[in-house]
Amino acid sequence: MRALRIVASGFVFNLKMVGTSSFFLLTAIVQPVIFATIAFYMYRSGDRAGTLLYAALGAGMMGVWSTTLFGSGGLIQWQRWQGTLELGVGAPPSMTLVYLPFSLANATTGMYALAATLVWGRIVFGVPLHFVHPWLFALALPATVISLGLMGLVLASTFILYRYANALANLLEYPVWIASGLVFSTSLLPGWTRPISWALPPYWGVLALRHAALGGGVWMPLGLVVALGLVSIAIASYAFRWFEHLARARATLSLT
Amino acid sequence: MRTWLRIFVVGGAISFRALFSWIRPSVYVPTLLLGPTTQVLFFAYLGRTAHLESDDWFVVGNAVQSASLAALFGMGFAIDGERWSHTLSAVLATPANRAALFLGRAVPVLLNAAVTSATGFLGGVLLLGFRPPWSAVPALALLVLIASFACTGLGMLTGAVGLRTRDVPIIANLTMAVLLIFCGVNVPLDKLPGWMHSTAEALPLTHAIDAARRVADGASLGSVGTQVGVEIALGTAYLVAGFALLRWFELEGRRHGTLDRA
Repeated sequence: MRALRIVASGFVFNLKMVGTSSFFLLTAIVQPVIFATIAFYMYRSGDRAGTLLYAALGAGMMGVWSTTLFGSGGLIQWQRWQGTLELGVGAPPSMTLVYLPFSLANATTGMYALAATLVWGRIVFGVPLHFVHPWLFALALPATVISLGLMGLVLASTFILYRYANALANLLEYPVWIASGLVFSTSLLPGWTRPISWALPPYWGVLALRHAALGGGVWMPLGLVVALGLVSIAIASYAFRWFEHLARARATLSLT
Repeated sequence: MRTWLRIFVVGGAISFRALFSWIRPSVYVPTLLLGPTTQVLFFAYLGRTAHLESDDWFVVGNAVQSASLAALFGMGFAIDGERWSHTLSAVLATPANRAALFLGRAVPVLLNAAVTSATGFLGGVLLLGFRPPWSAVPALALLVLIASFACTGLGMLTGAVGLRTRDVPIIANLTMAVLLIFCGVNVPLDKLPGWMHSTAEALPLTHAIDAARRVADGASLGSVGTQVGVEIALGTAYLVAGFALLRWFELEGRRHGTLDRA
C-alpha cells in the first residue's frame, strides 16, 4: 500500500513538473509532429500514401521513445542540479521505488506524441483513423508506454555513474528508432541487428499498436512488450542497488 | 587593428573553449561525431521504404544539414552561455569592438559545424557505400564550409533571439526542425507545397544541399555557382541581421537592466 502511494504521488508530481517544461512539450508534441510531417511527405512523394497511418503510429512512437529517453537521461542529472539526489537516495524506500514514478510519468507524457501525430495526420494529411481492433489498441498503448517507462528506469540507473547522461541520450535516439523499425521494417537492416531489435520494448510495442490498428496478431507482441517491461524492472532494481553502492563508494553521487 | 585581431582570434578561441558545453569528449563524440551518422542512416532507410530517391541523395542532404546542429547550438552557447556563467555584463562592459567580439566567436563554431557535417559524409561512406568521385571531394568540402557559414549566420540570429527569450535550446531545436522539413533535406523541394518551397529559398542549406547533390553526381563547382552565391549571400544576411539584433538587445538590456536576468 505504501509503495502504491509513493508511486501514485510521485507520478502525479512529476507529471505536473514535466507538463510545465517547454523542453518536454517540444519533445513530446512538436518534434513528433515534425517527424510525422517529414514521413508523410516522404511516403506520399514515393507513392506510398496508403501507409500514412503506419507512418503516423511510427512517428508517435518515436516521440514516446524520445520523451522516455530524455526524461531518463535527465532524471538523475536534474536531481543533481536541484540538489535533491541525496534526499532521494537517502530516503527509506528503494531507489527503484523512488524513481519508478518519475520514469512512468516521462513515458506517459510521450502519449501526447502519439495523440499529436494522429490528430495532425488526420487534420492536415487526411490520414484515415480506422483501427481494426480499437479495444486491443487501447490495451496495447498503456502497456507499451509503461514498458518503455520501465526501460527508461534501466537507463536512468546506469546514468548514476555517468555525469553526461544527456549526451548518451542524444546518441540513443536515432539508433533505437532504427533498430525498433518504428517507421520502416527492420527487414531492411542487416541480419545481425535482429536480436537487438527483439530485445527492445519499442520494437514489440509498435508491432502491437500497428497490428491493432492495421490488422494482424496483437497478443504475441503485446505479451512480449509486457515481458520485457518486467525484465526491465528486475534489471533496474539490481542496477540501482549496484550503481548506488558504487557512487557512494567513489563519492561521486552529487558530482555535476 | 592588432587589438581587433587579438579579440577576434584569441577571444574567439578562448570563448569557444569556455562556453561550448559539448566540448568534452564524452559529450562531443556521441552528440556531434556519431549523431549525424545515425541521422543519415535513419533517413536513408526511411527513403528506401518510401521508394524515394537513392541512399546517396539522403547521405548528402542529411550530412550537410548536420552542420546546423553544431552551428545553431554553438552560437547559442557562445552568446547565451555568458549569461549562465554570469559574465555577460562584464563582457558587454568592455570597450571591445563588438564585431571582433561576436564574429570571433563565430569562427570556431563554423569550423566545428563543418567537422560535424563531414562525419555525416564519413558515416555514409562507411555504412551506405556513398562514393562520390574523388574529384568532387574538394568541391564538397568547400560547399560544407559554405553551408556551415550560412548556418552560423542563422545561429547568430537565433542566439540573439535567445538572449531575449532566454530559451536557446528550444529555439535551436525548432530552427533545426524547420531546416529539416523545408530545405529539401529528405523531401524533394518540388514535392513540397508552394509556400514551403518559397520559404526554403530564403533559408540557409537549401542551396548548399542542392549544389552538393549536383557536385556529388559529378557536376563541376562552376556549374553550381548560382547556388553557391545565393548561399553565401543568405549566410551574410543572417549574420548581419543577428549582429544588429545583438547590438539592439544589448542596448535594450542596458536600458532596462535585464542583461543578466536568467
